[in-house]
Amino acid sequence: MNNDDDKKNQKSGMYRRDFLKLSAGVTGGMMLSGGLSQLAQAADYPAIGNYPAGIKGSSVFMGIAVPRTGPYSAQGEDEIKGYLLAIDHINKGTALARAYSPHSRKGLLGKKIEYGIADNQTKPNVAVQAISKFIGDNKAMMVTGSVSSAVAIAAGKLCDRERTLYLPTISGSNATTGKDCQRYSFRACHFAYTSAKALAPVIKNALGAGKKVAYLTPDYTYGHSVYNSMKQFTEAQGWSTATNQLAPLGTSDFSTYLLNIANSGADVLVNIAFGRDAVISTKQAKQFGLLDKMTLVMPYMAPFFADEVGADMLQGVYGTTEYWWTLAEHNHLAKAFVSDFEKRNGRKPGWSAHVAFLQTMLWARAVESAHTFHPPTVVAEYEKGNKITTDIGDVHWRAEDHQLVRPVYVIRGKKPAAMRNKADFYDIVDSVPGKDVMPPIELFGCKLGSAT
Amino acid sequence: MSMPSLPLFLSQLFNGLATGLLLSLISAGLTIIYGTLGVLNLAHGALFMVGAYAGFMALQWTGSFAAAIVGGMLGALFVGLIMERVIVRFFYQRPPEDQILVTFGIGIVITELVRLSFGGIAKPIPVPSWGEGVTKLGLFFYPNYRIEMMVFVAAALLLLYLLLYRTRIGMIVRAGIEDSLMVNMLGINVYRVFLLVFGIGAMTAGFAGIVTAPILAVTPDMGEVFLVQCFVVIVIGGVGSFPGAIIGGIIAGEIVSMTSMFSPAYSQVMLFAVMAVLLAVRPQGLFGIEGRE
Repeated sequence: MNNDDDKKNQKSGMYRRDFLKLSAGVTGGMMLSGGLSQLAQAADYPAIGNYPAGIKGSSVFMGIAVPRTGPYSAQGEDEIKGYLLAIDHINKGTALARAYSPHSRKGLLGKKIEYGIADNQTKPNVAVQAISKFIGDNKAMMVTGSVSSAVAIAAGKLCDRERTLYLPTISGSNATTGKDCQRYSFRACHFAYTSAKALAPVIKNALGAGKKVAYLTPDYTYGHSVYNSMKQFTEAQGWSTATNQLAPLGTSDFSTYLLNIANSGADVLVNIAFGRDAVISTKQAKQFGLLDKMTLVMPYMAPFFADEVGADMLQGVYGTTEYWWTLAEHNHLAKAFVSDFEKRNGRKPGWSAHVAFLQTMLWARAVESAHTFHPPTVVAEYEKGNKITTDIGDVHWRAEDHQLVRPVYVIRGKKPAAMRNKADFYDIVDSVPGKDVMPPIELFGCKLGSAT
Repeated sequence: MSMPSLPLFLSQLFNGLATGLLLSLISAGLTIIYGTLGVLNLAHGALFMVGAYAGFMALQWTGSFAAAIVGGMLGALFVGLIMERVIVRFFYQRPPEDQILVTFGIGIVITELVRLSFGGIAKPIPVPSWGEGVTKLGLFFYPNYRIEMMVFVAAALLLLYLLLYRTRIGMIVRAGIEDSLMVNMLGINVYRVFLLVFGIGAMTAGFAGIVTAPILAVTPDMGEVFLVQCFVVIVIGGVGSFPGAIIGGIIAGEIVSMTSMFSPAYSQVMLFAVMAVLLAVRPQGLFGIEGRE
């Protein structure tokens, strides 16, 4: 690492980027540790973002900012485990890493991936501070991590300005690759629109026509997005909307909202809450007798929801997920991921870990295919939209809004008696191909900025 | 904006009372400690959480919810007493900012220790068998467990009242609130009373933690939300006032419930708006005494 060099140049009052241009062009001696190939690489492209400052040593830095406290902390911790698994495979150049990134050998373009982990507390301002440190102090070449879309959008804006790649992990809002899309940001998970479009026909088939729906909605961009998309697709199939109860993120007592729902005359309860909020609100809905009168639907099912509410409450509940561990029974890449994760962590991965793993692997692939860390070139590599074989089948990036075109899994809670082991909570009732559920490009108003 | 139906109005009115009483109890523990010891205990939310986890362990061992309640209270009492003896008592004479920092720090340490031992994923505490189901109260339905919880909480508040207003110890505590120097001069060991008060405060937090555990998710940071609401309650009721905590809690519960009928998204905002207005009009709170710190 060349942190010492940077400290020196800060002391001398020189602007970092000027210094980098100089060092890249003139002073080869300062790059002795990197060797000639790095010099050639650095000379090929003009300095931008942390390039080439972040690749002068024998390692590159990846900044991980996830919620480790607050209502989404269980998902944040799971994401970390997914990142660590991917980093380990990439650094060792295993067969699993090469399955995602065929050009990979040990490390990323021969450099070891180093990482830092910060707690974003599910708060956009805290995330922005942590990421600024990663970019400024650690010269991160990639920043990642989110459970809240509000955090993902704030982080995306910052990284775009800094010309540093940002990869959100969980982000369900339509805005993330819609009106708040960023040139330097790529989303791999499913989201409000694709979930609702995949789920609506399944629940209509299962529950019948003419249902009245009550919504319990977290009051921020993610909740509003899922509500709008679910309303659109359920009303298009003849259902109606009875009430929409907006509750702040981190609510602990949902009784007031649940009483409004109980008096709304609805027969389907769509609970959009996520993380701990989903657990508390569903338990409370059960206690208020709502689940005896209404069918519960969780359009954006949170990882660990099943473990935390228990199988009894879950049977017959419909939802969508990014991943479910039983995919390992049909796909050898999924099997490799699930069994290695289980070996290291003693439990099945949640979809939070999976999407963290997938994003890291897809980043490695883009960098290796581009043969450089030069940010605009890596972005251009993503935007080629080539077919990529993964553990969720063949996927590709959509160049216009940077959304991964990928399948959405519709799941249903199993009867406790039908569970084969204590983690066997769901049946995958439908696997909807990405191309069938993607929104038209112009629908959510994505306008990508310049890469340079 | 349409007018809410009568069943909805009545159910929200009742719900406001139920959630309000719970806030009253947690705030009472906080306010008694502050009133007597002069320490604003920012680890109160952590003690609430300790009660839930200690209760969870007792439930695991015994399978009995009654044992869980006892376990929750004892767990919080134990942690509270250690906290007082080892750290907090050295801060009685220090400036308020030191007290706030140290109790805030203790709260973080306790929370993280629990996270380290139990993990961040919620622990399930099911509603006890005698609390399942719903009851029809006139025009609306309400969960049995929440009704029973109201009874528990009201009983605990009554016990606290009797202790404070009908016993010799209570008299000393209340005298200590008014003038601890004078009480000391009368030959009463105020510091032993302080330990007792701290223990009572911790125990009420633990009790509240375990009885609410079946309706919440038991996680290491479950106490934080309550701590914030309790500040609003004691500001409304008057800092250091026991009756203020009770009335303030009920008012806070009703504000949230009533507002949510019209606009759920603004129910929490309204709570803070009322607090702000009250601070402007009557800074000492409803039952507070003007000029006392």
